[in-house]
Amino acid sequence: MASPERDPVTGYKTTGHEWDGIKELTTPIPHWWVSVFLATVGIAIVYLYLMPSFAGVKGFLPGALEWSSSKQLAEDQAVAAAAQAGWRKRILETPLAEIEADPDLRRFAVTGGRALFNENCAPCHGVGAGGQQGQFPALIDDDWLWGGKIEDIHQTISHGIRNEDDDSRQSTMPSFADILAPEQIDQVADYVRALSDPSQEATRTAMPGAKVFTDNCASCHGDHGQGGREFGAPTLNDAIWLYGGSKQAIISQVTHPRMGVMPTFAARLDEATIRMLATYVHTLGGGER
Amino acid sequence: MPRFNHAPIERSAFLLFLLTFIVISIGGLVEIVPLFKIESTVTPVKGVRPYTPLEQLGRNIYTREGCYVCHSQMVRPFRDEVDRYGHYSIAAESMYDHPFLWGSKRTGPDLARVGGKYSNAWHVAHLEDPRSVVPVSIMPSYAFLMDKDLVTEDIRDHLQALRGVGVPYTDEMIRNAAADIEAQATGESTDALLARYPKAKIGDFDGQPNRLTEMDALIAYLQVLGTMVDFTDIRLETPGK
Ligand code: HEC
Ligand code: HEC
Ligand code: HEC
Repeated sequence: MASPERDPVTGYKTTGHEWDGIKELTTPIPHWWVSVFLATVGIAIVYLYLMPSFAGVKGFLPGALEWSSSKQLAEDQAVAAAAQAGWRKRILETPLAEIEADPDLRRFAVTGGRALFNENCAPCHGVGAGGQQGQFPALIDDDWLWGGKIEDIHQTISHGIRNEDDDSRQSTMPSFADILAPEQIDQVADYVRALSDPSQEATRTAMPGAKVFTDNCASCHGDHGQGGREFGAPTLNDAIWLYGGSKQAIISQVTHPRMGVMPTFAARLDEATIRMLATYVHTLGGGER
Repeated sequence: MPRFNHAPIERSAFLLFLLTFIVISIGGLVEIVPLFKIESTVTPVKGVRPYTPLEQLGRNIYTREGCYVCHSQMVRPFRDEVDRYGHYSIAAESMYDHPFLWGSKRTGPDLARVGGKYSNAWHVAHLEDPRSVVPVSIMPSYAFLMDKDLVTEDIRDHLQALRGVGVPYTDEMIRNAAADIEAQATGESTDALLARYPKAKIGDFDGQPNRLTEMDALIAYLQVLGTMVDFTDIRLETPGK
């Protein structure tokens, strides 16, 4: 190893390392760099003092500002709640049926309701509430299972259908596989199909399925298949089907009934939110007075 | 300013090793010591229980299929997330998770609070063909789960292993694991199950009453996510002070 010597050009000493005639200088780190480095150390110490940091003997050091992400969240929520407080208060205080009569309130409820619907309901009822054939009912028509008044809709959203909420809507269509003979099931399916066919209006009462229907189905679905809302029993004399109007689909429902389940939202959403949703659904087209 | 001369350190392998070791130890202690104090930094909550055997098997399928690659299970304390999903996640909720499945990639929505948000029928339809219910979804189909019988023979070993890492499964829970799976998936004689695992969701999850499939287990797991803690009756305060 060569001994350090002073470099005539820069005035610094060399380290004494030498490779193939190339020597290494001991140029010091620039002052600005050292100052920035020391400043970051200083900032770190101030930060440790102000913000929550090390675990101590009894819990962690909360820091002089006592900042926490949950407090920050509570503040953000309070600001947002204050911004909507006037509207939400009016939504809560106005009787459900009158919300739509007030144009400003209606606009607020429907606009918010649409966004809420897309997040909470659209995966089942579809964007725009068009429903999903064979699974989830459309909410844009006037064919209601459980009722189309805004109070009915509000009740359905709050507590859902056939879930573990004590107030949820409940009913079960029994399986007729063991109650009726196969040919009776076949007959009643033909009859149910005839219910929505105007050309068979005069002839269908003579069908063999008519009596089977009156004896077994009319108690829920109504004498003429007009539906029964206290049981959520669908209208069978129109062209709107939840699970399909083919003979196959009807036989399948009679032998192995499918029962739609909707979750309860009372635990997930607050009352003002549910009222906004109910207003939105009610204004979609099929809302009843 | 006195000049700091590091030449002696660089020239002695022993000194260099010793000083490096000391510096790394300080860094290590700062990260590890808080773990010794974990009890005082975690907000305690009521209601968190070990997963039922069926939920645990569903959790294994969730891990196996890599659902965590697209889904997080961690609602952060931000207003947009809390408004969308519900109360932010707290550490105690995942105390029986081995491994935890918080995830970090959010291609799909967070699932920490998905339990009870949908019906079993919706989950079946969605997992079979996501686009049948959410037309713009980019989630892959998991229809094959409907057709794969759930392997339950090794459930005791799973619970035993989890007990080894600190999940409080009792001897009774391990002994009755197979019966508990049966009870939860059929909804019959569930008293013992519900005594061991309060508030467990019961019933036929996949819509095929005669078969116990991987779909049953996965949906049982999805339906319990975020439902154990009742956030209406806990006081959340900065712990540990
Ligand atoms: C998990 C799927 C699911 C979700 C999510 C869901 N619903 Fe439903 N909803 C259903 C099903 C299934 C039915 C029909 C139940 C039946 O067959 O009786 C239904 C029925 C309804 C009805 C009654 C329709 C009628 O004809 O009487 C209304 C109103 C309704 N839903 C509104 C909503 C709103 C608003 C939301 C969002 C807050 C929502 N639903 C979320 C599945 C769902
Ligand atoms: C206890 C009441 C009850 C009785 C009795 C009953 N049903 Fe139903 N039925 C229902 C309910 C409730 C539904 C809706 C299921 C749902 O919403 O998921 C339904 C649905 C149906 C559907 C599907 C309708 C559609 O839009 O897709 C058909 C078809 C049907 N029933 C036919 C019958 C026939 C035929 C009988 C008699 C053999 C019968 N039901 C007896 C309650 C009943
Ligand atoms: C390629 C990424 C990807 C993978 C892998 C994936 N998902 Fe998804 N998932 C999504 C996307 C995107 C959505 C939102 C659209 C939708 O609802 O389908 C979603 C939605 C969901 C939802 C509905 C959440 C809500 O709140 O609406 C559930 C439940 C779900 N996924 C479960 C699973 C399960 C269980 C698995 C593993 C078997 C899985 N996902 C794997 C991308 C993925």
